[in-house]
Amino acid sequence: MAAKIILSMDGVVLQEYPLSKERMTVGRKSHNDIVIDNLAVSGEHAAIVTIQNDSFLEDLDSTNGVMVNGMATKKHFLQNNDVIEIGKYKIKYLNDQPTQTTAADFERTMVLRAPVKPAATKPTLATTQSIPKVVTTEDALDATGKFGSTGPMSGSIAKAAAKAPAETTGSSQAPAVVQILSGPNAGKELELIKNLTTLGKPGVQVAVLARRPHGYFLTHVEGATFPVVNGESLGEQLRQLKDHDVIELAGVKMEFYFKS
Amino acid sequence: MDIKDALEMVSLTHPGMVRAHNEDSVACEPSCGLVVLTDGMGGYNAGEVASGIAVSVVSSEIKHYLQDVRPEDKDAETGEDIAVVLLRKNVQKANSSIFHAAHSQPQYAGMGTTIVSGLFYDNRVAVAHIGDSRMYRLRGEEFESITRDHSLLQEQIDSGMISKADARVSQNKNLVTRAVGIDEEVETEIHVHEVKRGDVYVLCSDGLNDMVEDEDIADIVKTLKSNLPLMAKQLIQAANDNGGRDNVSVILVKVNGDFVAPRKMFAKILSWFKN
Repeated sequence: MAAKIILSMDGVVLQEYPLSKERMTVGRKSHNDIVIDNLAVSGEHAAIVTIQNDSFLEDLDSTNGVMVNGMATKKHFLQNNDVIEIGKYKIKYLNDQPTQTTAADFERTMVLRAPVKPAATKPTLATTQSIPKVVTTEDALDATGKFGSTGPMSGSIAKAAAKAPAETTGSSQAPAVVQILSGPNAGKELELIKNLTTLGKPGVQVAVLARRPHGYFLTHVEGATFPVVNGESLGEQLRQLKDHDVIELAGVKMEFYFKS
Repeated sequence: MDIKDALEMVSLTHPGMVRAHNEDSVACEPSCGLVVLTDGMGGYNAGEVASGIAVSVVSSEIKHYLQDVRPEDKDAETGEDIAVVLLRKNVQKANSSIFHAAHSQPQYAGMGTTIVSGLFYDNRVAVAHIGDSRMYRLRGEEFESITRDHSLLQEQIDSGMISKADARVSQNKNLVTRAVGIDEEVETEIHVHEVKRGDVYVLCSDGLNDMVEDEDIADIVKTLKSNLPLMAKQLIQAANDNGGRDNVSVILVKVNGDFVAPRKMFAKILSWFKN
């Protein structure tokens, strides 16, 4: 399903519009795609440009401006559930594309292409192109029927289905600390706030502590000797650390524990 | 220093956490300073076929040619380094092979692949790429991408339609505007960069940079530059820990020494007379 917008005023829904065109304009004059007959609205007030699954809102130098989620804006990359305000009118942007993606879509790969040869085209602004010609196998079309109808784009080849933005590694991990037990820095604490924390002396012996979604892992990086955990040499293997494990590295003892 | 002693190369590829097939391919030729990474696309196993063809054509052909020519010499016609000509010619050759295979066998119709390849020679590297597979470089503390994706998203960033911050949440990440094997001809983007001792080059498929933020990639590369095999494992692990939605591949090249090409005899004599 393509993205859509819902026009409302004072909580009353006036109309729903699918974003079926590459560019849809909002304004008071009758030639606009979305006509709002109100004097607070400029003749051509704003435009919504849609490229594949992404939509952008643009203020067309309107007299009274445009707000998105309560902030005045000239140009905005629309996200699902954004609310555009023009005078007393509200336009809600809905695009539930990502939740509709199934695991099977990741297996499918498709090729979309404009009539011109990609080899000959210089990168150009995609918005001004016409609807692409689809040249592909049947199953690729099945997987992506949604693309054919709305996609104004230059020669593009689609690789698998939409991907969610990357999350930050280990953000859900409980905070942990390494406390130095011996040597001149004894008593010092090192909070493991980074995804990777190196321990040891460069050129002598170095190990890395990686923070991952399911725990903290210690691995040897460089040096002739391997780190020792609870009296056991690690070798080349990585090892998940448990609360109160004792690490020996470059002659220094330290303790790993979770902060509670 | 001989090129195979000056460069340390490590490659690793993984299907990721979601997909059954691995459509990425990698190749390293330490003896001639060549690395190739591809990310295939196309139904069933066609993506694997396309990326496999590209890697084997480019790596074996260039290796073969380098027995007779020197990459640092200039091409008589274009005045470009032979390395650049070799990359362009052989990517084109891979393009034709894939294009013809796709047209002669119905199950391969529409298959294609991205490519990023580096040919190291004479303290330089010629970098060829098509699509959204990338090459990053760590030099000192600076970590940056030295290729620009041929993707719809990059075009949107370039034209100012979308900010880099917004690009992270775009749903158009998967659309490339150029690929190997889709048309009869393909335009390869090639640039030559100076290489410095201590540089680390990271070639990757979008399975890495779509799942792991650039800052986190940089962090891993800086932290683990003394141990390339571990760096490769860590990069792939980071992508998989974040969901591993795509195949993920990396090739790492570390520059441990200079690899200046031996000058020809007449050049030496010439410089003699000049002095």
